[in-house]
Amino acid sequence: MTGTLAAVGAGLAVLGAGLGIGQIGGRAMEAIARQPEVSGDIRTTMIIAAALIEGAALFAIVGAFFF
Amino acid sequence: MKFRVLYILALLAMVMPSKALANKEKERPYLDYVMEHIADANEFHLFGSVHIPLPCILYSEETGLDVFLSSAFEHGHKSVHGYVLDHGDVKRIAGWKSDMHLEHIDSTVAVETESGIVYYAYHHGEQHLLEKPSTLLKFTSWIDFSISKNVFSMLLATLLLFVIFFSVRRSYEKRAGQAPKGLQSFLEPVFTFMRDEVVKPNIGPRYERYLPFIMSLFFFILISNLLGLIPFFPGGANITGNVSSTLALALFTMIVVNFSGNKHYWQHIFWMPGVPVPIRFLLAPIEFASIFIKPFTLLIRLFANVTAGHVIILCLVGMVFILGDNGRSVGGAASGSVLAVLFVVVMNLLELFVAFLQAFIFALLTSLYIGSAVEEHHHEEAHH
Repeated sequence: MTGTLAAVGAGLAVLGAGLGIGQIGGRAMEAIARQPEVSGDIRTTMIIAAALIEGAALFAIVGAFFF
Repeated sequence: MKFRVLYILALLAMVMPSKALANKEKERPYLDYVMEHIADANEFHLFGSVHIPLPCILYSEETGLDVFLSSAFEHGHKSVHGYVLDHGDVKRIAGWKSDMHLEHIDSTVAVETESGIVYYAYHHGEQHLLEKPSTLLKFTSWIDFSISKNVFSMLLATLLLFVIFFSVRRSYEKRAGQAPKGLQSFLEPVFTFMRDEVVKPNIGPRYERYLPFIMSLFFFILISNLLGLIPFFPGGANITGNVSSTLALALFTMIVVNFSGNKHYWQHIFWMPGVPVPIRFLLAPIEFASIFIKPFTLLIRLFANVTAGHVIILCLVGMVFILGDNGRSVGGAASGSVLAVLFVVVMNLLELFVAFLQAFIFALLTSLYIGSAVEEHHHEEAHH
C-alpha cells in the first residue's frame, strides 16, 4: 500500500510540475511573439523558472522514493 | 546504412541474453541491476567478470589503518582483517581482534529488527555481527576512507579540470593579444557567458572575489555530469547522482554565502526593516530555516535530476532483457533492443541537456544567493 501510494504521490507532483512549466512555456511564447528582440532574455528566464519548478517537483519524487 | 546498424545491434542483442541464462544463477529482479549501476562500489566493473579493483582505506580505533585493494575481498568470500564485503558494501565484524581467524565467509544476511536492519556474517556456521562504517548521523567503531568509484571519478574530474584550464591558461600567455585558437576558443565564450550573464549581474561590483568559486562549481558539476553519462570506463561512475557529493557542493555554497554575508544580509534575516514588529518575530524563524533550506534545494535538485535521468536510461536498456524474458524469447529481445536503442539515444540527448542545465542552474542560484548576501543597502526609499 505504501509503495503504490508513493507512486501516486509522485505522479501528482509531476502533474503539478507539468502544469507549471507548461504555463511558463506558453507565456514565454506569447512574450516572444509580442517583442521578438528580447527573445534571448525571455528564453533564459524561462529555462531558469522551469528548473526551479522542476526542483520543487523533484522534492516530492525523492520523498516518494523513501516510502 | 542506418538499418544495417540496427540489424547488427539486434543480432548482438539476441546473443547476449542467452549468455545470462547459461550461468544458471537465480534471476534477480532487473531493479537490482539498475540500483547496482547507480550506486557506489569498490571496484570498476568493465564487462563480464573483468573488474578493476580500487584501494580500500579503512581505519578503526581497535586495529588501526588498513590499506589494501578491494580484490582481496574476492567478491565477498574472504574477510580481510575483520572487514567483510557484503553485497558491495564494506562492513566490519564487530569486536574483531587480530587473533580471531575468520578468513572464509560463507554468507552474509540482513535481518530486519525493530531498530532497523542488522547484518550478520556466517563463518563455518558461526554468526558474527557486522557493523557499517561511521556516517555523519551515526558513529560506529570504524571509518571508511576508501577510494571508491565515485571518489576516483571525482579525482579524475578534478584532474581533467586542471589539465584543461592550465593548458588554456598557457595558450593565453603564449598568444597574448592574438585571436584565441583551439581549446581556448571553445572555452572562452562559455566562460565569458557565465561571467557576464550570471556572475557579474547577480553579485555586482565585487564579483571577482567569487568568480573562481562559481566557475569551479559550474565546470566541476558539468564534467561530473558528463562523466556519469559515459557508459564505459573511465566514465561509468555516477558522481552527481550521489547525495554525499551534492551535499558537499551545497555545503560549500552555504559556507561561502553565510561567511560573506554583510550586516544587511543578517539584518534582513532576523530583524528585517520595513516590516511591523510582530511579523518580524514570525518571519525570523522562517528566514533562519531558509539559510539551510536554500542549499538543501540545490542539492536535491541536482541529485534528483541526474538520478532520475540515469534510472530512466537504465530501465529503457532493461527493456531488452524484460521483453526478451532474460534470454528465453529471442524475438522479444530483438524488438526490445530496437525500442531500447531508439529510446535510449533520445534519453541520452535529453540527459546531455540536463547535464548542462543543472550545472548552469546550480551556478546561477549560488551567484544569486551570494549576491543577496553581499548586496549594499541601496533601497532606502522603498522602505516606509
